[in-house]
Amino acid sequence: MYNPTVARLTYRALLGRRRALILFALPALLLLIAAAVRAFNGADDQIAADVLGGFALATMVPLIGVIAGTGAIGPEIDDGSIVYLLSKPVKRPTIIFTKLIVAIAVTMVFSAVPTFLAGMILNGNGQQVAVAYTVAALVASIAYSALFLLLGTVSRHAVVIGLVYALVWEALFGSLISGAKTLSVQQWALAVAQKVSGEGLVTSEVGLSTALALLIGVTIAATWYAGQRLRSLKLAGEE
Amino acid sequence: MSSPAQTPETTRIHNIGYRNYDGPRLGRAYARRALFSQSLRGAYGLGRSAKSKVLPMILFAVMCVPALIIVAVAVVTKAPKLAIEYTQYAIYLQLVIAIYLAAQAPQSVSRDLRFRTVPLYFSRPIDRVDYVLAKYGAMASALFILTAAPLLILFIGSLLAKLDFATQSKLFGQGLVSVALLSLLFGGIGLVMAALTPRRGFGVAAVIAVMVISYGAVSTLQGIAYGTDNVDAIKWMGLFSPVTLIDGVQTAFLGAPTAFPGGAAAAPGAGAGAVYVLVVLALIAGSYGVLMRRYRKVGL
Repeated sequence: MYNPTVARLTYRALLGRRRALILFALPALLLLIAAAVRAFNGADDQIAADVLGGFALATMVPLIGVIAGTGAIGPEIDDGSIVYLLSKPVKRPTIIFTKLIVAIAVTMVFSAVPTFLAGMILNGNGQQVAVAYTVAALVASIAYSALFLLLGTVSRHAVVIGLVYALVWEALFGSLISGAKTLSVQQWALAVAQKVSGEGLVTSEVGLSTALALLIGVTIAATWYAGQRLRSLKLAGEE
Repeated sequence: MSSPAQTPETTRIHNIGYRNYDGPRLGRAYARRALFSQSLRGAYGLGRSAKSKVLPMILFAVMCVPALIIVAVAVVTKAPKLAIEYTQYAIYLQLVIAIYLAAQAPQSVSRDLRFRTVPLYFSRPIDRVDYVLAKYGAMASALFILTAAPLLILFIGSLLAKLDFATQSKLFGQGLVSVALLSLLFGGIGLVMAALTPRRGFGVAAVIAVMVISYGAVSTLQGIAYGTDNVDAIKWMGLFSPVTLIDGVQTAFLGAPTAFPGGAAAAPGAGAGAVYVLVVLALIAGSYGVLMRRYRKVGL
């Protein structure tokens, strides 16, 4: 199921040249904010949870998920170079699975590690806040990567659609309509984090079992359907 | 050889009537105008496939619907003023503007770079400065249409609701100045980010990251500064994101209520406002300069 050559090519496509700059800029900004907040405020568990929840998990993780998930396959489909990959004797689900693994790895490295570091800077992991949000970021990385990889095979506007989902659906509707929260990767991840941190600062709108079922279901279904999409992919020219 | 060699006497060159073009040449200004209008139409998907019209038109509708609702409420309830200031409108709907910019700025410049069509433009009688000006102008105009249309709806609606004409005109004018500045600033930033990469997807992500993340970071820090009574620091933090820059300028000079935490106490006065204006103008000029530099070598 895992093809090292495809993986190597995908890593190069994601991290080559200037693209990695966006991926580095976001975590750097998070660490900067964490340092600034600590300098302004001193350690405070509630503020640490606010910053990690509001900025790291709600904004940074989905954005990196969009970049890594769609970036793993979108550009190749866009410029047509995917045919060279598809014409090799490699199963299409294998290609998708490999790209998913790479996208998950990249998202995890660029979101969970800085989240943990920011948590340590903010309050030295008081009340398990840093660990809880790191776990949430790890869990969210998997689901986001699978979802956005699927989007990359479905639409040529994958990045825009992904951003609209991440910013408008999760951030805006999630805070206005409570029903939207049930259908939000962020809340599922928070449910897992809540379990890890125990009482107090991290809360989720969704129960743990529901969240886990939805997380696993969405990931598997998205990966399977992405493989199907790739099997019957039509290469369209640029508009 | 099957056929006998032809003798020189039997070969001749036929004149089949090719002629040079000797009509009027439309020249540089015409080419620049054509590039401008083509880019502006392209920003709304006009003259392109039906699929590429969907997103800009939806975003345009999303921009206008709240204005229509506000106007309807004002007309029905006979309110003494509109529920929202003209200058506040773009700040509230900044996410829509950011998504529009992220979607349309890369399609305006990235495709030219990726398919290496830029050298073809420069084989026409246009210069680097014409290309940059046309693209920049088109992007800023597209944003201006996007942000000024709902203000126009609000203005017409306020007249229908029989609000005071002089006051409303003044507020409307202030709103237009604000969104014009916003269009120039956002357009410049969006084009610079998009022109850095020939891949459309990465361009989209880069633009949205700059717009949304910088605003998120600044407003988080402002909130924390407010919570810890560092009210003086709030106005200087606003210098670090495009949206808060526009907010600061219009608070200082265009009579807008501020969106900064802490309200009027935290808002920049005339002195800090001058700094805001300078930064905005420097950013606009800077994006123009970066674009000019970017297109000095277009072979990639």
